[in-house]
Amino acid sequence: MAEKLTREQIAQRIAKEVHDGFTVNLGIGIPTLVANYIPNSMSVMLQSENGLLGMGSFPTEDKVDADLINAGKQTVTAVPGASFFSSADSFAMIRGGHVDLTVLGAMQVDHKGDIANWMIPGKLVKGMGGAMDLVAGAKRVVVAMQHTDKKGQSKLLEACDLPLTGQSCVNRIVTDMGVIDVTAEGFELIETAPGFTAEEIIESTAAPLKISKDLKTMSFS
Amino acid sequence: MNKIYSSAKEALDGVADNMTILVGGFGLCGIPENLIHALRDSGAKNLTCISNNAGVDDFGLGLLLQTRQIKKMVSSYVGENALFAELFLKGELELEFNPQGTLAERIRAGGAGIPAFFTPTGVGTQVAEGKEVRQFDGRDYVLETALKGDFALVKAWKADPFGNLVFRKTARNFNPMMATAGKITIAEVEEIVELGEIDPDQVHTPGAFVQRVVKAPSLEKRIEQRTVSLG
Repeated sequence: MAEKLTREQIAQRIAKEVHDGFTVNLGIGIPTLVANYIPNSMSVMLQSENGLLGMGSFPTEDKVDADLINAGKQTVTAVPGASFFSSADSFAMIRGGHVDLTVLGAMQVDHKGDIANWMIPGKLVKGMGGAMDLVAGAKRVVVAMQHTDKKGQSKLLEACDLPLTGQSCVNRIVTDMGVIDVTAEGFELIETAPGFTAEEIIESTAAPLKISKDLKTMSFS
Repeated sequence: MNKIYSSAKEALDGVADNMTILVGGFGLCGIPENLIHALRDSGAKNLTCISNNAGVDDFGLGLLLQTRQIKKMVSSYVGENALFAELFLKGELELEFNPQGTLAERIRAGGAGIPAFFTPTGVGTQVAEGKEVRQFDGRDYVLETALKGDFALVKAWKADPFGNLVFRKTARNFNPMMATAGKITIAEVEEIVELGEIDPDQVHTPGAFVQRVVKAPSLEKRIEQRTVSLG
């Protein structure tokens, strides 16, 4: 089998989901890396659910401000045109459908679009934070994750067995093997990572996987 | 009428065991540091604290976990606190997780006289278990109830003597909703300015929501994740 994609490559592919004028919320992990691949020519506002629309890069040492952080509690900056608001307004933005795209990681996604990414029974639970609101409210939900877990088990399933974060909410999944859409008929493979065949991806997926008639090889720019 | 108190200790007058306390902040950003210290020193116990997070081991609400003053936390994420985990696993601390937006809206509703509301967040998950689910325009929504507190402890940047508040950057977070939902709301601020000095158009929280104001003698403003770029 070919080499699976790196986290950076997954992020780079997901950046193509971002369009000019979008308001985007990026989760922690691979999703955060997506910001590095959004072209400067695009006008995109990054939303951070703790109350910032227009998040910029990390500050230089002299610009560090304890009152300006992102949802991962990291010090950040605000871009020209940014705004600050309360958590209630932030989630009105999210739940009210004013965020065009959210990208988050997941432990499991199933072919109905259910997602599990906040708790493993028997393990210490840290809380769902804003994830349940984001998957319920954003106009489009894209998941960034490895295709299989550390034991080699598929993270794409017929039915999630971990506690759900949201139901029928995922639109697209970008993994280290391909791009899969969640359709009314279940999973559909629309792109393969370079070097992988559709058959290899089907083999690694624990749910029926249709192959798109327009199947493409993933490109990154 | 004088809303300005000379110390956090005096401002907390009336705090007692078994109360529900709303505490503003997101992580350690925008937390009422001095009021939290004074709440610890008050010795009030069996408290229910409604706060998005639970501080870290040695700062923020983590201080009240050390002294076992908190009986129950209502939060959305408590990942940065090892003591919290230990107390929870030993059964010494109750915990109610709320999705962050649901938590914000429950507090907003509490302060706005709305007893409950339907939200799409959490439908089909553990969060919705035992709660009414109703369909509107073909989509399912879960019924969530309002939250209020005996006290709300918030942190603002500036206040005037009437209690009008201005917040700064992302230190605003949960503070404005919490200010509306406390029977007694105490604002810890960096600066108290003259009446009229805050442009009415720039007031974030109108003074009617705030009963007490105290100027912070000092603030540590600890940073959880100091991330910098080389420029």
